[in-house]
Amino acid sequence: MDILQVEQISKRYSNHQALTDITLSVQKQSIFGLLGPNGAGKTTLIRIINQIINSDSGTIFIEGKKLKPDHIEIIGYLPEERGLYKKMKVGEQLIYFAELKGLSPTVAKQRIKAWLKKFDILDWWNKKLEDLSKGMAQKIQFICTVLHEPRLLILDEPFTGFDPVNADLIKNEILELRENGTTIIFSTHRMESVEELCDHIVLINHSRKILDGTKKEIKDKFKSHTFTVTHKGAITSLNGNFELIKQINLELDKFDTTIKIAPGVSPNELLKSLVNNTEVYGFSENIPSMNDIFISIVKEENNE
Amino acid sequence: MNKTLIVIKREYLIRVKKKSFLLTTILTPLLIPAILGAIIYFAVKEKDSAEKQVIEILDKSGKINFDGSSRYNYVYVKTVDLESAKLAFQETDHKALLYIPPFDLDNPKGFIIYSQSNISLSMLSDFKKGVEGKIETLKLEASGIDSATVANLRTNITIRSVNLSKSGEEKASSAGVTFGIGYVTGFMIYLLIFVYGAQIMQSVIEEKNSRVVEVLISSIKPFQLMMGKVLGIAAVGLTQLLIWFILITALIMAVLSFFGISNPSDMAVNEIMQNIPESGMTAASNNPEIQNMIEVMYDIPYGFIIFTFIFYFIGGFLLYGALFAAVGSAVDSPSEAQQFMIPITIPIIIAFIGLSVFILEDPDSTISFWFSVIPFTSPIAMMGRVAFGIPAWQLIVSMLSLIAGFVFTIWFASRIYRVGILLHGTKVNYKVLAKWFLMNN
Repeated sequence: MDILQVEQISKRYSNHQALTDITLSVQKQSIFGLLGPNGAGKTTLIRIINQIINSDSGTIFIEGKKLKPDHIEIIGYLPEERGLYKKMKVGEQLIYFAELKGLSPTVAKQRIKAWLKKFDILDWWNKKLEDLSKGMAQKIQFICTVLHEPRLLILDEPFTGFDPVNADLIKNEILELRENGTTIIFSTHRMESVEELCDHIVLINHSRKILDGTKKEIKDKFKSHTFTVTHKGAITSLNGNFELIKQINLELDKFDTTIKIAPGVSPNELLKSLVNNTEVYGFSENIPSMNDIFISIVKEENNE
Repeated sequence: MNKTLIVIKREYLIRVKKKSFLLTTILTPLLIPAILGAIIYFAVKEKDSAEKQVIEILDKSGKINFDGSSRYNYVYVKTVDLESAKLAFQETDHKALLYIPPFDLDNPKGFIIYSQSNISLSMLSDFKKGVEGKIETLKLEASGIDSATVANLRTNITIRSVNLSKSGEEKASSAGVTFGIGYVTGFMIYLLIFVYGAQIMQSVIEEKNSRVVEVLISSIKPFQLMMGKVLGIAAVGLTQLLIWFILITALIMAVLSFFGISNPSDMAVNEIMQNIPESGMTAASNNPEIQNMIEVMYDIPYGFIIFTFIFYFIGGFLLYGALFAAVGSAVDSPSEAQQFMIPITIPIIIAFIGLSVFILEDPDSTISFWFSVIPFTSPIAMMGRVAFGIPAWQLIVSMLSLIAGFVFTIWFASRIYRVGILLHGTKVNYKVLAKWFLMNN
C-alpha cells in the first residue's frame, strides 16, 4: 500500500498559483524524490503534507486514511530552513521536540542517548546550540527529525550545510532507516545529490507536475539510444540501422565514437557489426543523468 | 491541550531558571524599600544636621516679633536706614534680610525679602505665613481679644469615616489606605503587562528568526504554540508576584520583630509620637486618623482583592499578550515592531493615566465605571475600584466583558500569528495584516 497519496492538490496565494492539481503517490519503504527548481511549489506541498498550511482543494491520504492532526506523530520533517533554539542545551532541546511529537520524556531520553552515541557526540548533551558549529547543529537537527521514529520522513534539501564526510554519514543513516521500513521523501533542486538514492521521482515546475516515474522508467524514457565505442582505427561507414554522431581521436589510432541506433535494434547488432570492422576496447550506453533530464525538461517548459 | 502544556512548561522553566530572573525577583523587593529608606534617611539627616539659617530682620513697624525656630535664627537689625542695612547685610553670609516697613494694620504692604542667592519657595512661604499670622494676632488683639483666647481658637479635628452597609454593619474606611492599594495593584498589572508582553513579542520574533517555528508547527498548531507561550509567560509573572509578596511580608515581619514590636498598632503609635513635632499635632490622643487607618487595614478583604488581582492580571495578560504575540509574528526585528506597538500600548497607558487621575479620586463616577468595564482598560482601572468596594453586578459585568475581550483578541491575534510566523522579509503594514487576518490559511 502507498504510505502517501496526494490527490489533486491545489493551492493559491494571493498573487500566484503555488500548486496546480498535484497528484502523486509514494510507495512504502521507498526513497521518493520531489524535484523542481526553486519556487516550483515543493515547499508548499511539503507544508501541506505536514499540516502547516491547508490546501485550497484536493485530498491527502496517509496510510490510506485522510490526513488528520494525529498524523504528525508518524511524520518527521526537516525543513529547508533549519532552526533550533540557540540558547537551549542539546539534551533539553531534543527532549522538548520529542515531547511535542508525542514521546514520553523517558523514552525520548533513551533514544536521544542512543543517537548521540551513534554519532559519537554524547558529550554534547549539556552544550548550548549557539556553541556548536553549523555542521554540528545540522546533526542535532537530523536527530530531532528522526527521534520519534517516523514512518514517513520528509527531508527538504537534506544535504546542504554538511561537509562531504557528514553528508555521507547522513546518507548512510537514511539508507539504514529505509531498510528498517521508513519511507523517505527528498525535496531538492540539486539532482546529483539524490540521483543515486531515489527510487521514484516526481518533477514539479511552475506549480505543475511534469514528470512522474521510477528512476528507471524516467531514464529509459529519456535515453538517447546512443552508445560510445572505444576502438582502434577510424570508422568510416556503418549500415543503415546505425548513425554516426561524432568521432574523437583519443591517441594515435584510438577513437571514441558516438553512435545512435535505430529504435528496436539491439545493441548486440551494433557490437556485431563493429567487431567485424575494428578492434573494440570499450562499449557503453549513454544514459542521461537526472540533472540533464531535469534541465532539458525545465528549459523546454519555460520556453513554451 | 497536552501539547500546549509542554510549551507552557518550556516557556516557564527557561525563564524561571535564568539567573537574571532570580536576581530581579529577589532584589526588587529589597531594593525599592532600600532606596526609599536611603532617601528618607538622608533627607531627615540633612534636616537635622543643617545649620540654622540666619535671617536679618529690619522691623520699622516695631510690631512684628519673631522668636527663633528650628530652622531659623533671627537677628534684629538696629540700623534705622534700609540702605545701610542692605550694605551691612551684603558683608555678612546671612541667608536673607526681611524688611518690614511701618504698615497699616488694615492694609499691610511693602514687605521685602532680600537675599544674596535665590531663596526657596518654602522659605518664602514660611515668612509670608509668619508675618500674616503675626498681623492676624495683632488685628484680633486690636479688636479686644487677648492672646490666650487667640491661642485657644486654633482647632484641629479629624473625621473618622465609616462605611455603613445595608445590613447596618459599620466598617471603618480610609481613603488613604484604599487609594494606596488601588494604586499599587493597578500599577503592578500595568507594569507586568508591559514587561512580560514585551517578552512574548521578543520570544516570538526569536522563534521566527531562528526558523525553529517551522519545526514547531510541524508538531503543534500555531494556536497551541501561541497560547502556550502567553500562558507560560503569564505563569512567570505570577511566580514573580508571589515571591515578591512572600518576601515583602517576611521583610515587614523581620523589621517589626527587630524593633521588638509585635502589634502593628503599637508601632504606628510610636511613629506618630516621633512625628508630632514635625506635623504639628499636639498629642498621641490626637491621632484617630492613624488608629482609623490601622483599623481599616485589618478590615480590608485581602482575599477578595487578591482574587480580583489575579483574575484581572491573567485576563489582561491574555488580552494583551496575544496581541503582543501577533505583533511579534508580523515583524522580523523588534525595531520594526514599534509601529504596531502603538495601538496596543495606548489603551494600557490611558488606563493607567485614568487610574491615577480620576478613578482613584472618584471610583464611582461614570467614567470610572466605563473604564472598569471596557476590557482594554478594565484590568488596570478595576484595580483602582475594588479596594473601595464595588457593586457585585458591576464586577460581574466587568469580568464577563474581560473574558469576552480576551477570547476576541486571542482569536484575532491567532489569525495573524499563524500566517506571520511563516513569512520572512515581507514589508508589513496594516493592510497586509488585514489580508493575513482574512486569509483562509
